[in-house]
Amino acid sequence: MSRLIVMIAQRLALGVFTMFIVSIVIFAAIEALPGDFAQAILGQGATPEAVAAIRDSLGMDRTAVERYFAWLGGAVTGDFGVSFSQLSFQSQYGQTGERDVVTVADQLRPRFANTIFLAATAAVVAVPLSLGLGILAALYRGSVLDRIANIGSLTSISSPEFFVAYLLILFLSAANPIFPSISKIHADLDFWQQVYRTVLPALTLTLVVTAHMMRMTRVAIINLLSSQYIEMARLKGVPRWRIIVHHALPNALAPIINVVALNLAYLVTGVVVVEVVFVYPGVGQLFVDAVKLRDMPTVQACCLIFAAAYILLNLTADVVSVLTNPRLRHPR
Amino acid sequence: MDVMTDGNTLLTIRDLRIEGLSGEAWLPIINGVSLHLDRGEVLGLIGESGAGKSTLGLAGMGFTRDGCRITSGSISFDGIDLVSASPERKRSLLGRRIAYVAQSAAASFNPAHRLIDQHTEGPVLHGVSSREDSREDARSLYDRLRLPDPGNIGFRYPHQVSGGQLQRAMTAMAMSCRPDLIVFDEPTTALDVTTQIEVLAAIRDIVEQFGTAAIYITHDLAVVAQMADRIKVLLNGDEVEENDTRTMLSHPAEPYTRSLWAVRSFRRPEQAPAPAGTVPVISIRGVTAGYGADIDVLHDVSFDIHTGRTVAVVGESGSGKSTVARCITGLLPPRQGEVRFDDEVLPPGYRHRTRDQLRQVQMIYQMADTALNPKLRVRDIVGRPVQFYRGYRGTRLLERVEELLSQIELDPGQFINRLPSELSGGQKQRIGIARALAAEPRFIICDEVTSALDQLVAEGILKLLDRLQRELNLSYMFITHDLATVRAIADEVVVMKDGHVIELGAKTDMFSPPHHAYTDLLLSSVPEMDPDWLDRLLAQRGRNNIGEAARLGIDRAAHRQSTL
Repeated sequence: MSRLIVMIAQRLALGVFTMFIVSIVIFAAIEALPGDFAQAILGQGATPEAVAAIRDSLGMDRTAVERYFAWLGGAVTGDFGVSFSQLSFQSQYGQTGERDVVTVADQLRPRFANTIFLAATAAVVAVPLSLGLGILAALYRGSVLDRIANIGSLTSISSPEFFVAYLLILFLSAANPIFPSISKIHADLDFWQQVYRTVLPALTLTLVVTAHMMRMTRVAIINLLSSQYIEMARLKGVPRWRIIVHHALPNALAPIINVVALNLAYLVTGVVVVEVVFVYPGVGQLFVDAVKLRDMPTVQACCLIFAAAYILLNLTADVVSVLTNPRLRHPR
Repeated sequence: MDVMTDGNTLLTIRDLRIEGLSGEAWLPIINGVSLHLDRGEVLGLIGESGAGKSTLGLAGMGFTRDGCRITSGSISFDGIDLVSASPERKRSLLGRRIAYVAQSAAASFNPAHRLIDQHTEGPVLHGVSSREDSREDARSLYDRLRLPDPGNIGFRYPHQVSGGQLQRAMTAMAMSCRPDLIVFDEPTTALDVTTQIEVLAAIRDIVEQFGTAAIYITHDLAVVAQMADRIKVLLNGDEVEENDTRTMLSHPAEPYTRSLWAVRSFRRPEQAPAPAGTVPVISIRGVTAGYGADIDVLHDVSFDIHTGRTVAVVGESGSGKSTVARCITGLLPPRQGEVRFDDEVLPPGYRHRTRDQLRQVQMIYQMADTALNPKLRVRDIVGRPVQFYRGYRGTRLLERVEELLSQIELDPGQFINRLPSELSGGQKQRIGIARALAAEPRFIICDEVTSALDQLVAEGILKLLDRLQRELNLSYMFITHDLATVRAIADEVVVMKDGHVIELGAKTDMFSPPHHAYTDLLLSSVPEMDPDWLDRLLAQRGRNNIGEAARLGIDRAAHRQSTL
């Protein structure tokens, strides 16, 4: 058991280290971006003095390394700084009164909750659906069902998601007004109202991620069907469905879990396009808006959240797939 | 179509033909074999690889592997026609009335489930007994099969149980529904001799106790002699002959059977021991070595190998035989001790050895399949070391490769441009030998070179190695777990156990008593071609003095001695 704990601790440490490297990359990438927020916000009327004043108030005069550690220190404690676009620069023009300052964290919190809600809705449908389809496709390998599942999943995986999204809008919103094409959700709506408005973006995401998970489930199971213990199970008179579910699936879990984690991470990070199409108020939309406004603290925070989601989900997948291995769970 | 049969007949196969899909074509695997088995009878199926033993055994269960089909003939199990029976009907028989014990228990138990859950699956699915009753029954079967801690061993996962124990647990699983017929498919082939014997004794006991009929598939004649009432010999999907065990052993009718019987009679003429004071080719002195951080696999191993002689290193899996080879070749630098070649100390790691030092020590591997690069042709496989060590090129190189191929008795014109995939197992092993010879070494390590081969082919390889030794004055270190091979070719024997050299000496001394207790156990565990051998041995040694129990006894005795 202790070996397992050491292994999990190692993975966690590695995850933290990866996060650290990613934060450097994000910060460096944003440093390297051309353009200047002060210039952008002042536009035509930018005088050198005004630009310098704003730069000064943002701490741009410090070295990059100093700013990085200040940012990192804040990020670790949940303080991502103050959003540029919400900043009041009145103070620069002689007024000293403290106004309501909107921090990046304040802005992110509801958006993040919305994104997680969308991802969770899609995941709740997509994961069981794709595992079930994958198992059925393996069970009836070569049958019509298998072929339909394969062709269907290939089609959905090879269409761009905005295309899938517009098709859904066309058929389920424009032609047959069943679901709203704009997923404007907010905290005042009751839960089922929120779900109702989330159906189309969630369906789009489901169609995009199901294919990958289904095909991996099918292949992971089929790869094991030539194992000797599967032949043994057949020779014990075990029915075919039970061979797949009871004998093959437990041994195929590791690759399946990894693909599921990868797709869940995509549900969090890959929603940008879908959120924009459906005007869904999630992190993706915020991210796009922040980039347009050159609102660097928000962009950085969004990148960091996306990276954290990826790392956390892959870490979980690693640990869980280790746990599915009886050799590691039950050492000699 | 169900046919009435007389009460005593269990299984009848008539003129069965089975084909297998190979690439695009259906090739015959079984060409019209008939078989008859009465209740409670044990039939031995023997033959070399490709004889169709397993295919025939599985067909007796109404089962064909994917890519095989039955083209004609009938299989009747207790009046049920298995060729025309529906899959559901066959499934209701499998596990319940016909059970299977596979060659590799380690691969045939599902790694994800506990032994007991796999054991109870059949009885519960077939409605033979409840899970609780089946668990109880498993415990009593484990006890009868002499598994240690029968009450709890079932709650382990397959990887937590040793190979010999797993094989017995699998026999218990086959018994779980008290079938009428069990097909044993080479159940002891993958085991060490001392483990094999306890599995054999356990299988035979339980089959006798329950009066179960069995088909026992093996390529080992001595094993089948202990287990079977009748023996059927197969060759390339045809029946050669069939008779009751004693008649078959004493009076084989067919020339092919006689040649199988004769394999074990190959004996290399004894050589006079090296005169005292001669310098050995290879001298291993006090070698201690290991793989991990601080676990030693070898402990203070010392022995010499003299010019023109063969030293057999024997021991069970995990005894450190192959690790010695890795120390000699420099793949694993020892922690302590040294390896001398012609009285000159070899650098521990191969990277520090000169090209000439590397040339002198060559290796031939067990799995010729994986030891040859599948993308290279024979001319390159053999030519590469010639070029590397001798620097030959062009026609000179070609001539040398042709000469080497003639030395290993393969026609150069026919074989020089072949890929390994176009060679048989024995031919691949010969190419492995040619590649070792290409370096013109004085010393060759043969690591289990015959254990993956059929007996007739293996004998050919042994004879070839013997001839080459005499012609080229080579020295061999012959790593093997097969004592029959040792008897055939060795001059001296080194017995290893748990990384220690237990005993060493001339072959004649080693094969005549008194022995070290462990050597005695090893020697007495090798099956002989005498149907009464197992009975006699069990009577002599006692039930509790074979296999694992005996090994533990020896360890305890050694421990007592060392603490005195």
